[in-house]
Amino acid sequence: MQIYLPIAEISVNIFLILGLGGGVGFLSGLFGVGGGFLITPLLIFYGIPPAVSVATAANQIVASSVSGVFAHWKRGNVDLKMGLVLLAGGIVGSTVGVWVFAWLRSLGQIDLVISLCYVIFLGIIGGMMLFEATRAIFRTRRRGGQIRRSKKHQHSFIHGLPLKMRFYRSGLYISALLPLAVGFFVGMLTALMGVGGGFVMVPAMIYLLGMPTGVVIGTSLFQIIFVTANVTFLQSVQTQTVDVALAILLLIGGVIGAQFGAQFGSRLKAEHLRALLGLLVLSVCLKLLFDLVITPSDLYSVMPGDL
Amino acid sequence: MTVPLAIRVAFMIALALPFLTIGAGPKKASADPLVVDLSNHLVAITTGFTGTNVLLFGAVEEEGDVVVTVRGPDQDMVVRKKERKVGIWVNSESARYKNVPAYYASASNRPMDIIASPEVLLDYRIGLQNQRFIGESKLSDDDQKVYREALVRNMQGAGLFGERPAKISFLSNQLFRTDIHFPANTPTGTYTINVYLIRDGRVASVKTTPLVVSKTGISAEVYEFAHRYSALYGIIAVIIAVVAGWIASVVFRKR
Repeated sequence: MQIYLPIAEISVNIFLILGLGGGVGFLSGLFGVGGGFLITPLLIFYGIPPAVSVATAANQIVASSVSGVFAHWKRGNVDLKMGLVLLAGGIVGSTVGVWVFAWLRSLGQIDLVISLCYVIFLGIIGGMMLFEATRAIFRTRRRGGQIRRSKKHQHSFIHGLPLKMRFYRSGLYISALLPLAVGFFVGMLTALMGVGGGFVMVPAMIYLLGMPTGVVIGTSLFQIIFVTANVTFLQSVQTQTVDVALAILLLIGGVIGAQFGAQFGSRLKAEHLRALLGLLVLSVCLKLLFDLVITPSDLYSVMPGDL
Repeated sequence: MTVPLAIRVAFMIALALPFLTIGAGPKKASADPLVVDLSNHLVAITTGFTGTNVLLFGAVEEEGDVVVTVRGPDQDMVVRKKERKVGIWVNSESARYKNVPAYYASASNRPMDIIASPEVLLDYRIGLQNQRFIGESKLSDDDQKVYREALVRNMQGAGLFGERPAKISFLSNQLFRTDIHFPANTPTGTYTINVYLIRDGRVASVKTTPLVVSKTGISAEVYEFAHRYSALYGIIAVIIAVVAGWIASVVFRKR
């Protein structure tokens, strides 16, 4: 069954889009990730214009983050103060990002920048995940391998920065500039790549800010809601590329898929899950890289010029 | 939408019959040499739109050749050339063209070059090769030609420029019909359909009829809303997502 998407202005197979949302939802439930970094490239592979894919994915992530944050909020796993500081950076970063997005689009380079960002980030994250997971798999005999979290007490240039703030919930006393910068950077990624940015935010919170792992997911989800909401709003105003119909289809598929994924995931070992996710991320990265490197069938492309 | 072709054609002929009788009647001098109409003057892009055909039919008073051109609304188009830089393909030079039709198709009952000389076709801007695009670039003439070809090739690839003239079939000496195809990605706007009656290589009569392609139904309203009230649209998009996420968390609460 075909449905005409009002903003993307193409007909798509309704079941394929539902299935895509469901598949990514399944993976996000399975691996506990947002899935934005998979949904945007898959939409592009399907033929949705990249600009629409990115803006619509941001809209869809608002929903998946909202559905995830409640459980964390109830358990007190959200560091509100830290979340707000990250958010302040995120709002500025995403606003700048939407502006950069519109500028690149007028230059005709937005598709390239989106692809390049994906290749770089997916390559790094996927590679690291796979490396770390395979090491863990081969080390299974040495049980109880604790995660080192001594970073908090190391002193580096980070602790010399001004504007120090106390974050009680995380038990930190660090410069506010640090979370502001992290928020800004991830906000830019949200605008340019249509991702929540959890895959950058979470490691940055643990290793750079030194936050306790318990509050990391909840806090990152909390601020992702507002940053993706900001991106959705700004893209609607500036580029009119948010397709509500597409977002709703993805949502329905995603919500259902995530439930199955979460159930299935509890049966697999954590390091096996991470290795699988790493492989998946790397294969998406390679496909994008392949498309950039291979000689296109037509060296010339045509676009309406009023954009 | 799926009325059998035979019935449709029969219906059209029945519609056209009065014109024919007028043509054969005593008031021959005042009769129109060319009568044309469309099965539909509105192509409605609905939520389930996957492309459609519009039937153009008409009658000529005396035998002659018929050529039909369909031209969509003008728009600016940018042609970009990709170049390999550090191993990857990057958009580099570009050329902008004004008044490129968003859609162009033609049809004739016989090959165009038999019907009329290239000069006549050029005078009346009939055929893809006679469409003038005003280029805005500092490219050399050779490059200009390559870019123009790329533009036409890409538009043909998207199904928006007809590859070759479609066939007009004569049902008798006087009645003719042709199908104009509009693909799923047909741009919206007002289209101009020109029908030329050509005798002895000269244009004897021209009829122009408009055709409107517009979005209707929910998809049209969403598009309109997104462009006219974009801030409100953005806020609604966020609210929908928040509510959907909240419902999901309630429905699938972890046991």
